Amino acid sequence: MRVVRLACETDFAGWRTAARALRAEGVEPEGVVWTVERDLFSPSPCGEGAGAGGVSPANSEQTPPSPTPSPQGGRGFTVPAAFLELAEQVILNRAPERFALLYRILWRLEREPRLIENPADADMAKARDMAKAVSRAAHKMKAFVRFRLVEGAATETYAAWFEPAHRVTEAVAPFFVRRFTAMDWTILTPDVCVAWDGERLMVSEGADPADAPSEDAQEELWRTYYASIFNPARLNPKQMRQEMPKRYWRNLPEAALIPELIATAQERAAAMVAAPTRPPSERVLKAALRHSRDASFGQGAPTTLEEAEAGIQLCRRCDLWRDATQGVPGEGLGRAPLMFVGEQPGDQEDLAGRPFVGPAGQVFDKALAEAGVPRDQAFVTNAVKHFKHEVRGKRRFHRTPDRGEVAACRWWLDAERRIVRPRVIVMLGATAALGLIGKPTPIEANRGRALQLPDQAQGLVTYHPSFLLRAPDAAAKARAYAEFVEDLRMAAALAGLT
Amino acid sequence: MAVLDLRRKLAILSDAAKYDASCASSGAQKRNSLGGQGVGSTEGMGICHAYAPDGRCISLLKILLTNFCIYDCAYCINRVSSNTARARFSVKEVVDLTLNFYKRNYIEGLFLSSGVIRTGDYTMEEMVRVAKSLRLDHDFRGYIHLKLIPEASPELAAEAGLYADRVSINIELPRDDSLKALAPEKDVTDIKRAMGRMRLEIEDRADPARKAGRRTFARSQSTQLIVGADAAKDGDILARSANLYGAYRLSRVYYSAFSPIPDASHRLPLARPPLLREHRLYQADWLMRFYGFERPEIVAEGEDLDLSVDPKTGWALRNRGRFPVDIQTADRETLLRVPGLGAKAVGRVLAARKVARLTLDDLKRVGAVLKRAKPFVVTVDWTPGALTDRDSLKAALVQPQQLSLF
Repeated sequence: MRVVRLACETDFAGWRTAARALRAEGVEPEGVVWTVERDLFSPSPCGEGAGAGGVSPANSEQTPPSPTPSPQGGRGFTVPAAFLELAEQVILNRAPERFALLYRILWRLEREPRLIENPADADMAKARDMAKAVSRAAHKMKAFVRFRLVEGAATETYAAWFEPAHRVTEAVAPFFVRRFTAMDWTILTPDVCVAWDGERLMVSEGADPADAPSEDAQEELWRTYYASIFNPARLNPKQMRQEMPKRYWRNLPEAALIPELIATAQERAAAMVAAPTRPPSERVLKAALRHSRDASFGQGAPTTLEEAEAGIQLCRRCDLWRDATQGVPGEGLGRAPLMFVGEQPGDQEDLAGRPFVGPAGQVFDKALAEAGVPRDQAFVTNAVKHFKHEVRGKRRFHRTPDRGEVAACRWWLDAERRIVRPRVIVMLGATAALGLIGKPTPIEANRGRALQLPDQAQGLVTYHPSFLLRAPDAAAKARAYAEFVEDLRMAAALAGLT
Repeated sequence: MAVLDLRRKLAILSDAAKYDASCASSGAQKRNSLGGQGVGSTEGMGICHAYAPDGRCISLLKILLTNFCIYDCAYCINRVSSNTARARFSVKEVVDLTLNFYKRNYIEGLFLSSGVIRTGDYTMEEMVRVAKSLRLDHDFRGYIHLKLIPEASPELAAEAGLYADRVSINIELPRDDSLKALAPEKDVTDIKRAMGRMRLEIEDRADPARKAGRRTFARSQSTQLIVGADAAKDGDILARSANLYGAYRLSRVYYSAFSPIPDASHRLPLARPPLLREHRLYQADWLMRFYGFERPEIVAEGEDLDLSVDPKTGWALRNRGRFPVDIQTADRETLLRVPGLGAKAVGRVLAARKVARLTLDDLKRVGAVLKRAKPFVVTVDWTPGALTDRDSLKAALVQPQQLSLF
């Protein structure tokens, strides 16, 4: 039987050296007993750099592990980096069997090099549970340390007494350095103490609760907050204890309130349920009425673009408003010779509240520029003012509006036409043609010639810019784009813009 | 009016804030106080510094700037017609309280909301002043969540985004008609437009090409829906959520079981909060976001979730033809749909099966809940046989009531 004496409870370097030698020698896991030296005469904390300070705050909480060959020049071997990472965590667990478990995994790795990749193996599961307990203890330490102002110190200085579930204090210290860099603080624990003076982290031996301040004036406010944020109607002490185990309570100033909060919760909640409701005062009702918005829009047709926009926002002529962000009215010159009508707003237009600002809008702008048509000399709008779509996963996908929706929205399109009074209206795509002409009008067959619209305006049909984005191949795309630019040119000429 | 001391104000203004379920401090840009003048860090993972006896996480100082409010939303304790005690913090009081709490490691940061006083713009401006002072005067690098006032100007909302890690606007009611009835001054279009603008801002500022040389900007937005204050069914609530996630890329939709409040409005049901329903909605929400389910697969509009089993088990029971699945060979998407297997367990199954043929014990060790998984899986040492199709299967899977209500 071999007995290994490690320098202290978190002596990872010592364990590693011993384990390396034992495995090189071929000592089976069953033949090793792992113990920790308890030397009363040198109770200094463990690990390299202990007591000397100088841990750089930028350090991550774990030193990067690397596969290391045996230093003694014996049978060299390597282990997966993931094992060292795991071992460094596990060693901080308070379970006495951790050293033996790690050595057993190391031993098995020789025969089963992929052991580390098998989360279902019993030893691996055990080690993972230990590592998980350590990382949970580290997380809870970040959460439950409570600093108190040190009275009478020359500079603003804080100290805390804390009892971590596992030996994580030194591993967690850099977190507090990063968080409270400009502050002087000390965390005292039974295992080890860490202190930061604004420049260096110092590690020293374990301390006693009496070494920390016993109160802080802010704690009264903190307790007030804790009690007030609690909702007695949702009492669930089991959930609370699961996340904030009782072992931490004695060092949490707010925990003293818990028994009373629990004891009175039912009564408080029942009182709220039982209390008679009081109707609000007349004065308040009047005020509320005054503030409330009037959802009905004027019966008559709008006569200005502002009126049209207000009406569009309140429109309930079809159901599309429900899932859309907002109605997207047309924009451009209030009196424009040229009007472009698209299908409906897309994802980006729905968010921005403006027509043709998304990917199709960019194609449109590019084509307008090539055709020499200034967009600000025209009026740009859509046949349908709300975005019809369906949600799949986290995306919204365009759906073509049906005839009923196009017909319902025609009220607003007609209003815009009456106000803007364009000489030429370009219908971008089939839905726009449906909205203006009132019947399906094939684009290919009708593009390139002026159609007479009932209100004296001339109409042109052409592709919708998004059709150009979807064209099946580069050649078809180029051809359609060229035709599109040609159509825009013709429209500008008809409108007298070029 | 008597001058209230700080403690009394804190009691009033945190009590008034507790009906907001969100207390998350995760997902912020990573930063720390190295080389800075002040305190604060955010390292990705949120930290709950305490838990209240309701089991909820206390991560942030969650308070209102004031609970005076000109609106009369029936479900809200701060509505103008409520007889609740009123208070108002000064900007400096909130700043000092945040810093004092933060330095003692009580909190991750501040979650500031407010009743609407005078106008939306005035209120928003006051809230932005708090965040601005923390960031610029005190170099505070902890977490800040600001509630947006929907009718405040877009410029103020964008400025809030400059100082906050997260912003949120609560829609509160899943159905627009109930919003109209219970919150007459809230305009759903105002809310959606503000969310839409915020999504564009967040995406625009996250664009790496524009990032250089700019201040950081809020990373995410969220909202809250109240469950049980109106007649909306679970299917309607989840349809609304799916719509919100898709339209505004929200990081979270919070569901808050409507809870009795002191001096409640006579227009609302005064009953125990439907905590189990809230729990099932969160489970369904998770299925939509992390397990590849679409809302119609989980529950139809106009219908409620089955409270007796979790929604994934409910789906599996309705789709028994797809089971059992072979743990050794099924693809990831299929495994994610197996009851009792969480996303983490699925990841471990995928890793472990490359090395070994998995048994039921293995499945248990990777974190699966065997009781729920067994009827739906085949492993090297287990096949459910006729169990999958048995009529009594549902009864066997119904969980004993776990949430303690009253």
